[in-house]
Parts: sequence; structure tokens; C-alpha cells
Amino acid sequence: MSHQAANGVPCRGKVLTVDNMNPRVKKVEYAVRGPVVQRAVQIEKELREGVKKPFTEVIKANIGDAHAMGQKPITFFRQVLAMCSYPELLKDNMFPEDAKQRARRILEACGGHSIGAYSASQGIECIRQDVARYIEKRDGGIASNPDNIYLSTGASDAIVTILKLLVRGEGCDRTGVMISIPQYPLYSAAITDLGAVQVHYYLDEANCWSLDVAELRRALNAARQHCNPRVLCIINPGNPTGQVQSRQCIEDVIRFVKEEHLFLMADEVYQDNVYAEGCKFQSFKKVLFEMGPEYSSTVEMASFHSTSKCYMGECGFRGGYMEVINMDPEVKAQLTKLVSVRLCPPVSGQALMDLVVNPPQPDEPSYTTFMKERTAVLAELAEKARLTEQILNTVPGITCNPVQGAMYSFPRITLPQKAIDKAKEAGHIPDMFYCMKLLEEEGICLVPGSGFGQREGTFHFRMTILPPTEKLKVLLQRLRDFHQRFTQEFS
Amino acid sequence: LFSNEEIMKMSVLQEINPNVRNMKPLEYSILAGRLSQIKEELRQGVKKPYQEVLDVYMGDPHKGGVKPLSFVRQVLAACLYPQLVNSSKLPADVRQRAQRLLGRCDGGSVGSYTATRGIPETLIRVSEFITRRDGGVPSNPENIFLSPGSQWSLSILHVLLNPESSPRNGVLSPVPCHNTTTMSVTGLGAVVVPYYLSEEQGWELQVEELHRAMESAKGVCNPIALYIVNPGNPDGHVQSRKSMQEVIRFVSERKLFLLADEVYQDYVFGENSEFVSYKRVLSEMGPPLSDTVELASFHSASKGWMGECGLRTGYMELVNLDPAVMKHIFTMFSTDTCAPVLGQIALDLMLNPPQPGEPSYPLYHMETQNIKNTLAGNGKRAVEVVNSLPGLCCQPLEGGAFAFPKVYLPPSFIQKAKEAGLEPDTFYCSRLLDEAGLLVGPGTEYGQKEGTYHIRFCILTSAEIMEEVLTRLTCFHKQFMKDFS
Repeated sequence: MSHQAANGVPCRGKVLTVDNMNPRVKKVEYAVRGPVVQRAVQIEKELREGVKKPFTEVIKANIGDAHAMGQKPITFFRQVLAMCSYPELLKDNMFPEDAKQRARRILEACGGHSIGAYSASQGIECIRQDVARYIEKRDGGIASNPDNIYLSTGASDAIVTILKLLVRGEGCDRTGVMISIPQYPLYSAAITDLGAVQVHYYLDEANCWSLDVAELRRALNAARQHCNPRVLCIINPGNPTGQVQSRQCIEDVIRFVKEEHLFLMADEVYQDNVYAEGCKFQSFKKVLFEMGPEYSSTVEMASFHSTSKCYMGECGFRGGYMEVINMDPEVKAQLTKLVSVRLCPPVSGQALMDLVVNPPQPDEPSYTTFMKERTAVLAELAEKARLTEQILNTVPGITCNPVQGAMYSFPRITLPQKAIDKAKEAGHIPDMFYCMKLLEEEGICLVPGSGFGQREGTFHFRMTILPPTEKLKVLLQRLRDFHQRFTQEFS
Repeated sequence: LFSNEEIMKMSVLQEINPNVRNMKPLEYSILAGRLSQIKEELRQGVKKPYQEVLDVYMGDPHKGGVKPLSFVRQVLAACLYPQLVNSSKLPADVRQRAQRLLGRCDGGSVGSYTATRGIPETLIRVSEFITRRDGGVPSNPENIFLSPGSQWSLSILHVLLNPESSPRNGVLSPVPCHNTTTMSVTGLGAVVVPYYLSEEQGWELQVEELHRAMESAKGVCNPIALYIVNPGNPDGHVQSRKSMQEVIRFVSERKLFLLADEVYQDYVFGENSEFVSYKRVLSEMGPPLSDTVELASFHSASKGWMGECGLRTGYMELVNLDPAVMKHIFTMFSTDTCAPVLGQIALDLMLNPPQPGEPSYPLYHMETQNIKNTLAGNGKRAVEVVNSLPGLCCQPLEGGAFAFPKVYLPPSFIQKAKEAGLEPDTFYCSRLLDEAGLLVGPGTEYGQKEGTYHIRFCILTSAEIMEEVLTRLTCFHKQFMKDFS
């Protein structure tokens, strides 16, 4: 069997070619795992093979993966999951009773008492009930119906599913999806893949990346010329920008979607990652219901959560859920049908989500350790957020908005015109050129701002605040040195 | 509050993706509703001829009473809670494996994302497994993608099918076939082109039928792929080498992409049956076919002796694809970041099990042999019992995880089904559920020749559960034949 070389020789006679494949897939990009990251992986390989470089390791600050950067898992969660995996451990006295109870309860709800059995495609019922209870508690008592909860394979799965459900129409009637600039590129990838129309609304960099309804209106009206905008996506706390929306802003958005007849998608996976003084996470659902029945019985929305972020950082489990509000029952039936195609979300992820929404209570043996670990993780993230903002703002040519929440910093970088020209000559986007050079010279892996979207003529990068504090300081130091060198080199 | 007229729903039925609307709803949803009700009634103490419902609808071994493999679960537990790596509670080889696998995870945690296509070491293990299985045919780890369940791998469909093409793309798909693939095809705006397996010949695939199917597509759609399941689901047929060669020649002549779903490859128990992979047959046919036929093969952690359906992980191997297309497939995969890490680990263990001499080997061997023998026994027993009942006829089972007997439904019953607004075999299944507490799948769900009816039930269960399933079926069916003849 031959392995065709990718040396530019056209592969004649292939059934599946770049010319006849799904054209939408060709346009899909995902910067978080894009060219800079792929080069970083290569460099790591070269380092392992003993190739000499100006650095001994690549510091990967490209992806929101906390454990990869040394954050420890929450003990309680892993104890329960270990017992769910290997129930023999339930007999062992190395594990506390509250962990055992949770494991037993989860196993009871699984087919054949095994996490290896398929679950219902919407997710294990008692877990959906626990999720609903968590939402009620979080939102000050506002009712949540377990039937409106869909467990998913990470939040990404649920987000793509809703978009898939809603995208329709041809030509000027094609569904438009409003998403922020900058945004998490899953949205742009999914929109492209589904052949929907991306409708940008710009977040206000000068005002801490806040959202202005006037801008939403501008974007919407412009979009109506060429498509049918039906969905508004909002990420709160924001990715990559980290802003935590104010109560007022959330209300404004809700009024806007009602007036303009839009389906609201509220990506709230960073809901526990709030650091800045005066900032507070409030769910879109809570605010919706507090605005009274005129809104709460009409606005259609879906909220998303995940086990990958917050203080758990359990990306590898692919746990998540969405809650749908006010969805037409017939449409909901279609949604239920659609999710059944992928059979069910990973049961271990479902189990983990159950623990996230049902953590140790004050009267339980694991409570103290749990709270200690949770508090420590969030406190460290808050400190790193502050440190990042502080140090970056000392660099001439870099300005960084306060990292109010989430896990990233999205600073603006000033690039000398010569550098911009050089990049363009080489056929590169300037911030990609910058990030590649940073990688090659300093072994730091970030994602260019162009991967997330930015105002024309501005440049940014996204870095995570996840590396351990000492490494983060090294990263920021090297970044500062690099930026100064870069500015000089191209002046 | 506000009346219905005043609430103008955004997401009304007319306004959703027509491809989603066109996906055939599952017959299962009808039965699932009734299943919930019955479970609730049982909980409340309502008297029934049974104390619990037996659900053999899905190919789910753990649900059917098959125990997870100890070795696999021990390694997973140690990976989840690494303190176990240092404790003597687990065998030495378990601890070593966990340590090695954790060493491959970023930050030493199964909570980290992995590389897009999967943990690099695991991809190598998978390719080594494939090479061993296929008698030395080389397998390149670069062509392997781990994903959340084989169904997700059908995201290759995403790349193949162009929703904007006119005429629409088509995918040749067997009848009967498990329904999630056909739903995926429809959901992507493409056309399912059925080819009928020959029930009377043990559900064999006859190449003339493939030709007929292509003819039928003329003027309807442009077929670009052929989907085949071997061993078959739900039919249990294991393809002969000769038949596979015919299929390969066919896809080559007709310029079709070959999608080979081989998740049941471990379940072969027919006396003269042997599983051989499409890749191996393709390779053995030599050039030019072996260099040109484009193939995607699928396997899954949900099947095999491990049966870890709930972990949701599988792999896809791509053969002879255009490298430029591979790049796009990679990008598309990257948007979903990676497959669940526990599943990737389980897959690693499944394809790289304990060897003789290792501490876990005796137990592992015993457990897997047990499951293998039980499956073969269940298959035999199911065919025996089913064929002893009037009006039920099951083809010999060569492999797979299901029995798919034909059910003769009397005209009076069909009439009743019409009145109830249900497909006749769905109606049969709903009565079976109500009266015997046994949940099986109606043939309508998988497709069948017009005027024939079938039921599908999983045979990958414990021997006790299989016996109970057959007892309930026998009891119900005998009464059914009395009531409706």
C-alpha cells in the first residue's frame, strides 16, 4: 500500500479530493490547535532529539488546559470516579464515606451498574435532576426542569448541536449567527462548517471588552441586508477576553434578543472563574427570570456549562451540559432526536458533572479538603490573572485589559510597520508572524489574535494564565524581552 | 400570562434545519416512553407478570449483565487516582501500565486534553495492533484518529458529503443497518441509497444488488460512498473474503469511498466464519487496487470483550487518502479537541492486553474466554429457541452482537397496528414490552424488505439474562400466535 508523498504532486484519480470534498470543511480553521501549536509540537520533538535551541522547553500557553500546566485534580472527584471505575474499591477504607455514597448512587443509575453501559442519550436521569437542582440553587431558587437539561460531550458538543438545529435557509434567508469579536474559534468553525453566516459584533477594547447594545444593533442591521440573523452567542465570562458582564449588560442583551427575535446561546463554562473586585457571575437565565414573565416566558435560550474549566479543569473527561429554556416542544423533540445519533455522552464525564453540581456539603467528611483545594485553585488563578495584567502593562507596546475572569489574557500588541510589511510580504498575518518568531526564539507558544478575531489594523495574542506561577513569571519576562527586541529589530 | 398566539416562538418547527427535520425519528422513542412508564409503575408496586424490565434493545454488554474486565477497570482506577499506583492493592502490571499511561498524559493527569488524533503512544499501539491483526500489513499511526465513539468517526461523512452539491450526494447503505449512520447521512443533507442483504442466504451481500442500488440512484442522487458493516449489525453475517473482494472491485469501478464499520470484529462464532479486515483484503489484492481504493475502517472500545460503551471512544484508520484532504480532516477533528482520555486509555489496553507471564493474564484470559463462550452459547441458544417458535425465523448467526429474526405478523394484527398508528413490528415490540417486560428493537428501525417484519435483540448478555429473555419471548410469542391467528 503506497503512502502518497505530500510534495505538491497532484493525486490523480482520487475519489475524495480537495475539489469535491465538502467545501465548508475546507474553510474551517481552529487557531487554538493551529500552525503555531503544530510548530511547537515539532520543536518539542526536536528538543527531545537533542537539537540545540535558545531554550530548554516550550512553555505552552495556548490552550485552556489547567492540568497540563500542573493544576491538581480535586481529590474528592477522583476518589469517586476511581470507585465508579473499579467498584471493588468501595470495600476499601482508603476512601471516605461521602465519596462512597456518591459512587454507589451513580453506579445504581447506570445500566448493569457499570459506567461502561450506554446511558439514555439525553444523559442519566438522576444526574440531570442534580444539575437542575444545582442551577436552582445557583440562581436563587428559579425553577429548573431536568427535562430541559441535556448532558453533552463537553460544552462544545451541545453548542454545535444547537447551531446544527437552527441553521437553515438559502441565500439571503440563510441563518446568521451573531458572535463577538474576539471569540472562541469553535463558534466560527461551527458556523463555517454548517454554512451559516457569521455576524460579528465588536467588544469594546477601550472599555475592558464590554458589550454595547448599540454595537449589537449595528451588526444586526448590517447583517439583515444579506442573511437572516436568528441566533446571538455570548460568552460570559469571556474567551479570550475574560470580561465578566455586568448585570445591566446582561439585561440589555436579553431585551435586545427579545426585540429582535433571536435565539440566545449563553456560553457560561467559566462561571466559577471570576477574579476581579466588583465582578460577579450572574447567569443569563437568572437575570431573564428576574426580568419578569414578559421576558422569562418568551425568550428562547440555551446555557452551556462544562467540566473542563472553573476549578476542576477536567478537560479530558469531555463532560458538559446545556439547559434549554422556552424551546418549542416540537423543536425540543427534534433536538432530542438529533442527540440520539451520537448515542450518549461519556458516562465518566456525566458522573464528573454530577459531582461538580453535587459537591461535598459542610456536614460531610470531605468538605474541608474539598473547599481548601477549590479555594486554592481559584485563588492561584486570580493571582496569576493579576500578575499577568500587571507585568504585561509594563511592556512598552503591549496593553492588557484587566483579566476579570476566565483563563486568558488577550493583550494588544503594537507592531512596527516594518514588521507588518515583512509579514505581509511573506504571506503571513502579522500577529501570526509575531507568535511564530516568539516560539522559535523564546520557546513560548501563544495563539495569534487573528485566530479569535480583532478590529482591522489591531494585533493581539491570547495567552493562558495557567502555567505555574514561577513559569508564568519566566514566560512574561521572556515575552517582555522578546517584544522589546522585536520592536527594535523592525524599527 | 401570555396566550400561545402572543408567544411567537423563534424556534418553531418550520424554522429549524430541514436536514434535521428529515432525519427519521427513532421507533425507540415510542418504546422508551412506555419503558419509563412501566418502570415507574413497577416502582410504585403495580402488579405485573414480571418484576423488572429486560432491556436488550441496544448492543450494550454491561447492561446485559456482562462484567467489565478487571484489568481494564483497575488500570483506569489507578489512572484516575494515582495514589493507587503506589499501593499494593493492585497487581504490579496494572500499576506499571497506569504509570506508563499517565506519563503520556500532560501534567500526568487524565484530565488534560491530548493531542488531536489521540495520545501519540496509543496511536502507535493501535497501528501495531492493526498490523498484527492483518498478518503484517503495515499501518501508519499518522492515519489513525481516535474519536468519541465510532459514530463520531463518521464525521468523515462530514468531509465526504457536500451539502451544497446538486444533485445531492448519496451513500450506499445496507438494509438492514443500525440506524444512527443513516440518520447521520440524512442529517448532512445527503441521500441514503439502500442495498438489500439477502435474508434467505444468511444475510449475504450479493454484488448484483449493489449494481441495482447504483441504478436506483440514477436521477436521484450522486452516490459517492459505500457503507458496509462487517460483522453485520443487526444481521450477524460475517462476510466471506470473496464477497469482500467483490465489494472492493465494485467501489473501485464505481469510484466510491469505502466506509468499513468493523466494530464487531471480535464477535465471530460461526463455525466456518472468520473475520478479516477490509484493509487486509485490499492489501492482499495488490496494486492497483491496494494503492487506490480509499477506505475508512472503524473500530470501537464499546465492543470487543471490554464492552465499554459508556466510555465513548473509537478509532478510524484512513487508507489511501489524498494528503491534502487529510489536513482538512485533521483541522476538523481539532475543533472538538480530543476523544475522552479514559476511553483512549481503555482502547490502548484493549488492543494491547496482558500477555502470558504477566500477573493479570490468568484472570484476564479467564474473563475474556468466559465472555467469548457465553456469546457463542447465547448465539446458538437464541437461534435454537427462536426457530422452535411458530412464525419466528432466525438466520444462522455467524457473528455480531444481535439476533434479528423475522416475525410473521398475521393480517389481523397488522390491522390493529394501523389503528394504533404504529408500524406493525413496533406494535409487536410495544406489546412484548407491556406484557412480558422485554424490550427489543423493531425491524422498522433498521430497515427491511417491504412486507417483512423483524425484531432485534442483543445476545451479548450473561447466560442467565439470555435464558430469561428467550423464556419471556417464547411465552409471549406463543400467546401472541394464539391471540391473532
